[in-house]
Amino acid sequence: MVKLGYFPGCSLSSTAKEYDISTRIVCEDLGIELVEIPHWVCCGATSAHITSDIAANALPAKTLIWAEKNNIPITSPCSACFSRLAIAHHTMATDEEMRKDVGEVVGEEYHGGAKVLHLARVFYETYGLEALKAKVKKPLKGLKVASYYGCLMTRPPEVCDFDRIENPMFMDKTVQALGAETVKWGYKTECCGAAFSLTKKEAVLKLTGDILSDAKECGADVIVVACPLCHANLDSRQREIERKSGKKIGLPIIYISQMIGLALGYNALDMAFKKHFVDPVKVLKEKGIL
Amino acid sequence: MARIGVFVCHCGTNIAGVVDVKRVAEYALTLPGVKYAIDYKYMCSDPGQNAIIEAVKEHKLDRIVVTACSPRMHEGTFRKAAERSGINQYMSEMANVREHDSWVHSDDKEAATLKAMKLMEMSVAKVRRSEALSKMYATVEKRALVIGGGIAGIQAALDIAEAGHKVVIVEKDPSIGGRMAQLDKTFPTLDCSACILTPKMVAASQHPNIELRVYSEVVEVNGYVGNFDIKIKKKASSVDNKKCISCGVCTLKCPSKRAQSEFDEKIAPRKAIYTPFPQAVPNKPVIDREACTFFLTGKCRICEKVCPTQAIDFNQQDEVVTEKFGAVVLATGFDIFDSNVYGEYGYGEYKDVVTSLQFERLINSSGPTEGHVVRLSDKKEPKNLVWIQCVGSRDESKGRPYCSRVCCMYTAKQAMLMKEHYPEVNCYVFYIDIRAAGKNYEEFVQKAQNEYGVIYLRGRVSKIYEKKDKLIVRGADTLSGSQVEIVADMVVLANGLEPRKDAKSLAQLFHVSYDQYGFFTELHPKLGPVETAIAGVFVAGACQACKDIPDTVAQAGAAASKVLGLFSKEKMEVEPLIAKVDPLVCSGCETCYNVCPYSAIEMEDREVSRGNLKHVAKVLDSVCKGCGACVGACYSKAVDLKGFSERQVYDQIETVTQ
Repeated sequence: MVKLGYFPGCSLSSTAKEYDISTRIVCEDLGIELVEIPHWVCCGATSAHITSDIAANALPAKTLIWAEKNNIPITSPCSACFSRLAIAHHTMATDEEMRKDVGEVVGEEYHGGAKVLHLARVFYETYGLEALKAKVKKPLKGLKVASYYGCLMTRPPEVCDFDRIENPMFMDKTVQALGAETVKWGYKTECCGAAFSLTKKEAVLKLTGDILSDAKECGADVIVVACPLCHANLDSRQREIERKSGKKIGLPIIYISQMIGLALGYNALDMAFKKHFVDPVKVLKEKGIL
Repeated sequence: MARIGVFVCHCGTNIAGVVDVKRVAEYALTLPGVKYAIDYKYMCSDPGQNAIIEAVKEHKLDRIVVTACSPRMHEGTFRKAAERSGINQYMSEMANVREHDSWVHSDDKEAATLKAMKLMEMSVAKVRRSEALSKMYATVEKRALVIGGGIAGIQAALDIAEAGHKVVIVEKDPSIGGRMAQLDKTFPTLDCSACILTPKMVAASQHPNIELRVYSEVVEVNGYVGNFDIKIKKKASSVDNKKCISCGVCTLKCPSKRAQSEFDEKIAPRKAIYTPFPQAVPNKPVIDREACTFFLTGKCRICEKVCPTQAIDFNQQDEVVTEKFGAVVLATGFDIFDSNVYGEYGYGEYKDVVTSLQFERLINSSGPTEGHVVRLSDKKEPKNLVWIQCVGSRDESKGRPYCSRVCCMYTAKQAMLMKEHYPEVNCYVFYIDIRAAGKNYEEFVQKAQNEYGVIYLRGRVSKIYEKKDKLIVRGADTLSGSQVEIVADMVVLANGLEPRKDAKSLAQLFHVSYDQYGFFTELHPKLGPVETAIAGVFVAGACQACKDIPDTVAQAGAAASKVLGLFSKEKMEVEPLIAKVDPLVCSGCETCYNVCPYSAIEMEDREVSRGNLKHVAKVLDSVCKGCGACVGACYSKAVDLKGFSERQVYDQIETVTQ
């Protein structure tokens, strides 16, 4: 039995509700106990860490202190939340002055005892691929998947502690364990444009467009992601990109938790696919998965 | 009572700009035994030295202290001045108030002056108990050892041998030749590397004064300048070189396919019994026991059956011999930087991303493809090639902040050769800066760009990824300020240079210092470029710092001339600063005998006074290095170090702690 502190973050209660739903269902099925961190606060992504160092570390500190006190590793399904929590932990573990300053702001001191995991890594390492394989009821045979990690899941390397920064494989291997096939492609860790979606849409359309078209060219049926912001850009901007380029892409973007859910035998309703702009149901039906 | 003279040097403003030298000299006069003290602008100048000599004569001084720079700079100068003035040269001391004081405490002049006074006072305390010592002499074994059989080692050996002295070259590979033998053409003349190297290899092998020891390594070093005792291990080659006629049948018939050729940078297989390349010197095969079917399974023995002279000897053992040498030249060369460190370039993952040395083997007509440049993945000829410079150079994030000095040049060379062989291909080079500082170097790079049409892009490559059978090279062109993407068939990494993996352990054998990367440290960056801090050990070539062939050959010649300078003397002066045992006090416990790292202590039964036969320690004068380990270890205080006696050192400690 794996017990984890769950930090859903703001996106999972709004634009990425289906990520939250599928994560909770899948974890329950697998026997991963998620304890939602009581009174969790904003991780500080983007607005805090580009304006104030102290705010960037103080906001995640509350969560880290809870994890340290209760001695439970914490996980976040959102790459930005994961990144903020992990970087704050790393900063305070290496910068004594910052740790003290944050302690003053928050009112309690953090001693560096928390463990922060990305949800995608929980399935791969904490739960383990062998255990996952044993749980598969409906192998995702014939489905070609491009695994998209985005910029924050492996970077910065000293914080994320991954062996292959440019060409990570853990999500590929997780998807393979579910019975699907993964494609070789070059945009695994490229930037999707993230929050610039709101301020510099043109840049995001270019970046996201490149990612989508490379996945398509490399023969993917779907793209698997583990970040609500990547999902938002790849999914909701897709039609606009198609209109602009005049080329049909039609690539459903599926969360890693939804992917596991499908292999565990859940249906489109359980996985809340109706929340997606690019409907995955058609492709999945064609492949005989739904 | 001692009559001491103190001479305080200004060193221009180097010392006097920080330290109040007048005060130091005045303070000296208050110390017991000091009869004379002056300060002077440059003590090391002729008038400065003459001032010392005159003062000694006029004031009947019997010992001197020079308060100046590091003894590494001028100890010899002032010892000679002491001798010229008529006192024993070991009755002089230096107090280092420049490197140890004025240069590092320029922010606090008062404290620096006080420190200078203390340092001077310590030297006065020491010199007060100095004793006259006489120089010792040692014989010089006029035989040199050169470690490494690349162009540096070959050149140094030839120069020493030509002057009439015996030289042994130890090479760990089965042939001499080194990195230069792997190269195709050389910059900036585009002449064939093998054509200029092989005559030197042959000359070395046939020279009556040169002995080649290939497939061998140095495993232990004892002794000192003029008298090194060095253990050399000859690895078992499993071939009797006396019987072998170099016919090559064994290699031809060997069925093993396990090994990859080191000489071809692992892009081609090699047999288990092999000579690394056709022009190998000596041209005798060796058996790689890790790849040999017989050594692995106990069956095969095909080479033994086909050998016409029964030269195969599976029972051969490693042999270790100890030999005497007077001087050593370290010429171990370089490795190229590990491309795997750059994950974003995908070396190892994408077959068509190759190292610069692999490219040399591909374009070399004696290489595995006979000079046809093909992709390693599908053996097709590439149409678009990209070179990435500074892979493991000038990159602090990868721990290599230094410039490797040769990559700009060999990149231009490789691109030009490619254009010469295949005029229709496109060659792109990503660079940070072009560093072509050498005779005809800049012109060479210009020629690559202007005459050969090699396209230079100023910027770094951020990432390479595979798309179908192409490599997409994405980088920045900082001159136009845009992102560029090149669809390439092949990418060549211009790897930087680093020392051989085992350079550090070799340096440790000789007690030669090395920098954080493993490059051997020369005695002085400007004035001692081929010497090391260990007398009699010299460096040549890329083991000391990144350098190209012309510089390597020049340094090898310089190292050889230093060896010859040493060999020109019949006897060599050595410092008499060694240990001495008082046999009357010695209890014969053998503690010193056990701690001595140089085996310089012998135990003997000796009549120390009439009728009193004792088991006592004895120092072998010519072996003792004066390290002082025995002095510290002796329970009965029977051992002391000449020139650094316990009383001298304790007096210094008392002075400084008062």
